[in-house]
Amino acid sequence: MANNNESVSSGKFDIAGFFRKYTMVIALVVVFIIFYFMTDGRLLYAQNMSNLLLQNGYVLVMACGMLLCILTGGNIDLSVGSVICLVGGLAAVMISNYGMNVYLTIIICLLIGLACGIWQGFWIGYVRIPPFITTLGGMFIFRGFGRLVLNSKTVSVQNKAFLNIFTAYIKIPGLDTDERILSPLVIGAIAVIVLFYMKISSRASKAKKGYRQNSAVADFGSTAVISVLLLWYCNLLCQYKGISVMLVWVVAICLIYNFITSKTAFGRYFYAVGGNEKATKLSGINTDRVYFIAYANMGLLAGLCGLLCLARVGSVNGSTGNSFEMDAIGSCFIGGASAYGGSGTIGGVIIGALLLGVINMGMSIMGIGDSWQYVVKGAVLLIAVIFDVLSSRKTS
Amino acid sequence: MGDTILEMKSITKEFPGVKALDNVNLVVERGEIHALIGENGAGKSTLMNVLSGIYPAGTYNGEIYYNGELCQFRTLKDSEAKGIVIIHQELALIPLLTIGENMFLGNEKRNKFGMIDWDQTYSEAEKHMKQVGLHESAQTLIKDIGTGKQQLVEIAKAFSKNVKLLILDEPTSSLNDEDAKMLLDLLIEFKKDGLTSIIITHKLNEIIYCADKATILRDGSTIETLVKGIDEFSEDRIIKGMVGRPMEDRYPERKHNVSKEVGLEVKNWTVHHPLYPEKIVDDNISFKVHKGEVVGFSGLQGAGRTELAMSIFGRSYGTDISGEVYLEGKKVDLKTPEQAIKNKIAYVTEDRKTNGLILGESIRFNTTLARLDKVCNNGIIDTTAEKKAAEEMTEEMGTKTPSIEQMIGNLSGGNQQKALLGKWMFAEPNVLILDEPTRGIDVGAKYDIYCLINQMVDNGKSVIMISSEMPELIGMCDRIYIMNEGELCGEVEAKNTSQEEIMGYIMSAAAK
Repeated sequence: MANNNESVSSGKFDIAGFFRKYTMVIALVVVFIIFYFMTDGRLLYAQNMSNLLLQNGYVLVMACGMLLCILTGGNIDLSVGSVICLVGGLAAVMISNYGMNVYLTIIICLLIGLACGIWQGFWIGYVRIPPFITTLGGMFIFRGFGRLVLNSKTVSVQNKAFLNIFTAYIKIPGLDTDERILSPLVIGAIAVIVLFYMKISSRASKAKKGYRQNSAVADFGSTAVISVLLLWYCNLLCQYKGISVMLVWVVAICLIYNFITSKTAFGRYFYAVGGNEKATKLSGINTDRVYFIAYANMGLLAGLCGLLCLARVGSVNGSTGNSFEMDAIGSCFIGGASAYGGSGTIGGVIIGALLLGVINMGMSIMGIGDSWQYVVKGAVLLIAVIFDVLSSRKTS
Repeated sequence: MGDTILEMKSITKEFPGVKALDNVNLVVERGEIHALIGENGAGKSTLMNVLSGIYPAGTYNGEIYYNGELCQFRTLKDSEAKGIVIIHQELALIPLLTIGENMFLGNEKRNKFGMIDWDQTYSEAEKHMKQVGLHESAQTLIKDIGTGKQQLVEIAKAFSKNVKLLILDEPTSSLNDEDAKMLLDLLIEFKKDGLTSIIITHKLNEIIYCADKATILRDGSTIETLVKGIDEFSEDRIIKGMVGRPMEDRYPERKHNVSKEVGLEVKNWTVHHPLYPEKIVDDNISFKVHKGEVVGFSGLQGAGRTELAMSIFGRSYGTDISGEVYLEGKKVDLKTPEQAIKNKIAYVTEDRKTNGLILGESIRFNTTLARLDKVCNNGIIDTTAEKKAAEEMTEEMGTKTPSIEQMIGNLSGGNQQKALLGKWMFAEPNVLILDEPTRGIDVGAKYDIYCLINQMVDNGKSVIMISSEMPELIGMCDRIYIMNEGELCGEVEAKNTSQEEIMGYIMSAAAK
């Protein structure tokens, strides 16, 4: 459901309900603990924790867009990996081979990503070609264009200006010197203050209007837990290079899409279309446009991912982005998005992406090969969805 | 003492938190038509699910004797093996398969190699189809025949299973009067051949027409069994049993304050079928609705009433639409539902589950959906305002629910209908089009909805009411337009008319 996660407050603490609501969070914690021990604590090294978000940043960005597609009715976009290849390739060629202006390149590349999305959104939304087929077509078409642009070669980018926009670590004069980095903690502390301020003001406004609210312990408890985690993570960042610009991009995208899906009328329409398209249409909502925007937006985000990937890896070749779409789709479903559309949250998607990320990283640290990582990832996806289906069957 | 075919003794069935059936007793004699009646949620369907093994033995208390023998059905197959066949309200036919394939689905006729014997399948299918008077090829696809005939396919399918006791759950709810009567006549015909039927229905006139006995359930308990010829067997008597009190006024009193001002006027409205554009669904229709007036649309299924309403509501049905719409004398061109809503028209669908509500979402979500902008600042939803709006509407409509966060799919039919009305009231319409507003809901909830309609016209709104129940139209409307096959064939004042007169208009139009 859209944004009504607040439980009906009662005096008693409902343990079963708690577990049902936070299944994936608990699963994430459990997986963390397991890998912590199996890697002799190496999982929590500052460098690994910093990399966890940076390595999976592109998954998070794609998954935000993918969630919108999935919300409209379990529809997925198979073409994102190919769009990443096309856009990343284009950027690499424009900067390295033609020496074009970095900012102009970025704008053009994002527009190309958006154009890919508009192309697919048009067929899906206004002509009603099934998304699976449209994006399967897109997957081949954009991959092909990507290879054409790259001329089937690997193109690398060394342009400092471009790399800095995505991968540099932020150094704030006065806080950060070569010996010590403090900016993550300062920013973390500010974030904690903002979190508490928002919680207090929302409680105050609820109290003023006489609305039911959660107990103060639950409200402030959860905020406190989040704050502690946040500060702990910032502390780790201080030990390893500080905050990367990439992290800022990823966090900003997640916050924006969380806001759109939970707070805006526009976001609500995605849930409505996935819940019952006919009823939505008769409620005066342009459902064609909702589909169109879901896929156009996915193209734009895939374009951004292309740039993020290019900057992080430093080069692009014809197979860049292969099967990336599957990570995004997997994150959404592990994070509790319904395979039939109409339900799912950005918060869930983030948890899903982190779960996959931790499993990847943990197994890599342990030296377990790619092949097994696929097996485990597949199993986790299946188990998560089976669990989701079974538990929703029980409650209904 | 007759020949008892079925006896269900003190059946009690509990769901978590609810006692759906409490000590229910049902005795059915061989060769009778036994009606099972009760408001929604009285436990009729649950009882039949217990009988047919959908709720397996052991999940309920009590005993079922069939032909004098204690039965413990574990699956639907067990009960079908004994000749008990249930036909559900929602037809379980697959549109893209043929009649024959549907009839033997799960029971395929096989030859000795284990492959499907198509010749036998279709010849047997046609044999059973003849029994029920369905003259079609068994190779016709289900999607190509109407709901009336689909219902007959279901019955033919029951015959293919060698049915002894036929249970029909709301068999006529999707049929027009003519098809419904044909179906009931068929049951009476089969009765002569010794078939026993149990029929669940909300339509009391059908019970009076065809049933020999009527068992009334209320809140999961048996109230009484009325026997035709012994007890008083009338609609009023049955309603009294269902609601526990005599129902003097089925339609609430209203001051008829029809204003001179016209709220909605439609001129020369013609609509073509969306898939077969050469077919005219509504032909050159002109009508008007005054402020403070309830105007009814009567007609048989397929008369084009829903299509008329939906095409006016932002062209949400049909192609090649021509004609003019005037709102309070001003000409408007409504191209999308969005524009219709902006111009203060609301259309409350006849099919709340597919066209009206998002069942997986809350009452709050559904209430504000058509006018989300009313609770938004710059596109951002004001949660507090939204909750307040949903709570107000829930209270105003009298929707029974634990909270506005309740998933709407979990409410009963009557409460869903009230929530749907609340959604459209929230859109603040001046012209309200109600399409079958009381379909499939119980007597008490119907009365509540009638009261709401009266309240709307008292506030000077214009209401269009499409209904297949003529007494309801006569009881509620000021004027009634009569439609037949896409054409307007009559207009009557409700207070001076009768069902016979309306039917007369339809029949003489159909005869042309």
